[in-house]
Amino acid sequence: MGLAQNVLDDGLGGLDHNFVTARIEDLVKWARSRSSWAASFGLACCAIEMMGTGASHYDISRFGMEVFRASPRQADIMIVAGRVSQKMAPVLRQVYDQMMEPKWVISMGVCASSGGMFNNYAIVQGVDQIVPVDVYAPGCPPTPETLIHAIETLHQLIEDGEIMRRREANNGGAGVELDAHAPSAISVALGSK
Amino acid sequence: MSDQVEQAEQTVETLHGCPVVYSRDQRVLLVNREQYVSVVKALANDGFDVCIDLTGVDYLSMPHRTLEAGIQPERFEVVVNLLSLTKRERIRLRVQVPADDTNVPSLFDVHPGTEAHERETFDMFGITFDGHPDMTRILMPEDWDGHPLRKDYDQGFIPVQFKGSNS
Amino acid sequence: MSSVISAGTNEGGQELQSRSELTAKELFREVGSVLRLSESEAAKLAEVQTEVPEDQTMIINMGPQHPSTHGVLRLMLELQGETVLRCKPIIGYLHTGMEKTGESLTYMQGGTNVTRMDYLSPLNNELVFSLAVEKLLGIDGDIPERAVWMRMLLSELNRMSSHLLFLATNGMDIGAVSMMLYGWREREDVLRFFQKVTGLRMNHNFIRPGGLAADLPEGWRDDVLSILENLPSRLEEYDILMTGQPIWRERLQGVGAITAREAMALGATGPILRSTGVAWDLRRDMPYLRYEEVDFDVIVGQYGDAYDRYAIRFNEIRESMKIVYQILDRMPSGDYRIQNKKVTPPPRARIDESMEALIHHFKIFTEGFKVPEGEVYVGIESPRGEIGCYIVSDGSSTPYRMHMRAPSFVNIQALPHMMRGGLVADAVAVISSVDPVLGEVDR
Repeated sequence: MGLAQNVLDDGLGGLDHNFVTARIEDLVKWARSRSSWAASFGLACCAIEMMGTGASHYDISRFGMEVFRASPRQADIMIVAGRVSQKMAPVLRQVYDQMMEPKWVISMGVCASSGGMFNNYAIVQGVDQIVPVDVYAPGCPPTPETLIHAIETLHQLIEDGEIMRRREANNGGAGVELDAHAPSAISVALGSK
Repeated sequence: MSDQVEQAEQTVETLHGCPVVYSRDQRVLLVNREQYVSVVKALANDGFDVCIDLTGVDYLSMPHRTLEAGIQPERFEVVVNLLSLTKRERIRLRVQVPADDTNVPSLFDVHPGTEAHERETFDMFGITFDGHPDMTRILMPEDWDGHPLRKDYDQGFIPVQFKGSNS
Repeated sequence: MSSVISAGTNEGGQELQSRSELTAKELFREVGSVLRLSESEAAKLAEVQTEVPEDQTMIINMGPQHPSTHGVLRLMLELQGETVLRCKPIIGYLHTGMEKTGESLTYMQGGTNVTRMDYLSPLNNELVFSLAVEKLLGIDGDIPERAVWMRMLLSELNRMSSHLLFLATNGMDIGAVSMMLYGWREREDVLRFFQKVTGLRMNHNFIRPGGLAADLPEGWRDDVLSILENLPSRLEEYDILMTGQPIWRERLQGVGAITAREAMALGATGPILRSTGVAWDLRRDMPYLRYEEVDFDVIVGQYGDAYDRYAIRFNEIRESMKIVYQILDRMPSGDYRIQNKKVTPPPRARIDESMEALIHHFKIFTEGFKVPEGEVYVGIESPRGEIGCYIVSDGSSTPYRMHMRAPSFVNIQALPHMMRGGLVADAVAVISSVDPVLGEVDR
């Protein structure tokens, strides 16, 4: 109240309480973490729990994420929700490649993280064989609370800058160079057959 | 219309010329490949107008099985489940398919709903269906090698290794 | 005896063979709604052509990653302008090898595998698997009453939650986006009850061969009553939001119509068959569990269009509520699983006391119980149609062959016939009205 009175009394003079200074880097990270949009990549049962997370009870709109962009070009986070089959793997990579930097991947569920209970010919044993994963959320399916925990972990990592630092240090991350050739021409060494 | 052969002359019950067995109180017809489509057509006229399911089984790991009524067991079987809405009954057909000649006539003309089932059976077992409009793989990628549900196809199990363990 | 229809035209008399004489092949050839093109041919066609003549049709690809295809379904549509001529659904993007996995899991573990096929009604998958195994074991007549009624309760609640999700996704696809949030709100209530009873919100592995995994917890009656009390008023709201609205009607009436004969020929069951006027519901016509002792109506449509399917599923929620009220009144007391030493592990307390009980428990959970040789097919009514389980046993503790007849796998075959002649925008409405679950399509 005192601050507002300050402005009312002093006019422009009270404005030294009305500035916020920060480094651009911090502001950018803050903005990125608070309004990241997810690319809808719901595959199987985990997609239902992901939709449940977006619904009114476990609202992820409070974290700025209720918007699931259909177009990967407009998305920041890809939540791989569900089991990735051999036929789907190239599609997954293609969608990932279409996303703009900076981008992050949450692997939701045990099937996406490691192949889950399906240790067989048809399922890729972990999407980290195809795309680099930042946060793994276990569960079969993870309850919405687990998914929110994973999302918040990712947001925290984004805000700390931890992820970008780690990527530069390990030379990890997508490592995608924006070339003229179409993404589908990238050949992917898939997991075991 | 239904050719129930006189019981006095036969020891096995037959329907449309095929022996009938009962598996846990469910009626099963053992059909050979040549009569297959005509028996299904005759059953469709009898009222079994919905083909609920068509699938295959690979009996490679059960080489010593026997079938009733002197039917010669083969490596593969095509199993067709039919349903009659009017009679509220189900009937099952089992067709023996030898390993060296995995070709069976298609039921697409009689029951168009078998299209997807036959493609899946081809994909998973390698049994081809004559007269099917589109005999391609449906579940696996089109250039996949092998037929996954055959018994000699490995499950593809990767042994899980734990970091820090000796093995 | 072939009947011939003759018609007089200005080129002279023309003769036509009667429609009932034609084979299915010829009938479908004349309609020609299924696009017969292999994926490699389509890939060649997809190379960009710069000079396209005006009257050529265009083949476009919808999915597999698409907000409205209910999962990873890919549709290749042949379009003439905005009209869909032919369509080919391409599946397999979620193929998990569940039938192969099923051959290496014991019968007790089989439920975990099977439950993930139709992930919107997992208890129904487990139920059909358990019924098939029990039939093979020969204990299907000995399941205690309480277990049977508990199974019915869970199955009907699952039907309600699946149909609520249908309302949510159908609403969102047609444009009533707020319906998505409302549908999920109701579903959360049911899922919370499931969490209390089974321990999990989805993919429960609760209905096992021999009965269920555990008894209903205390206070379950109040929980179910609170779910049922909230629903009618909310269903009224959704009725007002959707059913009578002109936009809703315009978008769904007459869209995706299919005739009874086509539906039966394609093997489509469930709401699709019922929307064409055929009153076929396995719960009433070939009853399993104790459905012959409860009173409910089978909702039947008339025109076979998307509106009818929506209305059928909407009212099936109300019918399921009726059934659940009756189950609440009539739930018997007793055991929640059969006390057959072969199938049932001993009670927890006895394991501490008796070595024999410990070994018995160990054997059932590691090696599994052996099922006598034979083969059986059992079909029940899932929210999508008839789900069936065909098990071949060779006398060991794992199934020799386990095949699930998934209703959505067969219902998807009806998509090209429903979409033909419609607009691209209607394609989304049609897929949504078929309500496929790709987990069971691809298994």
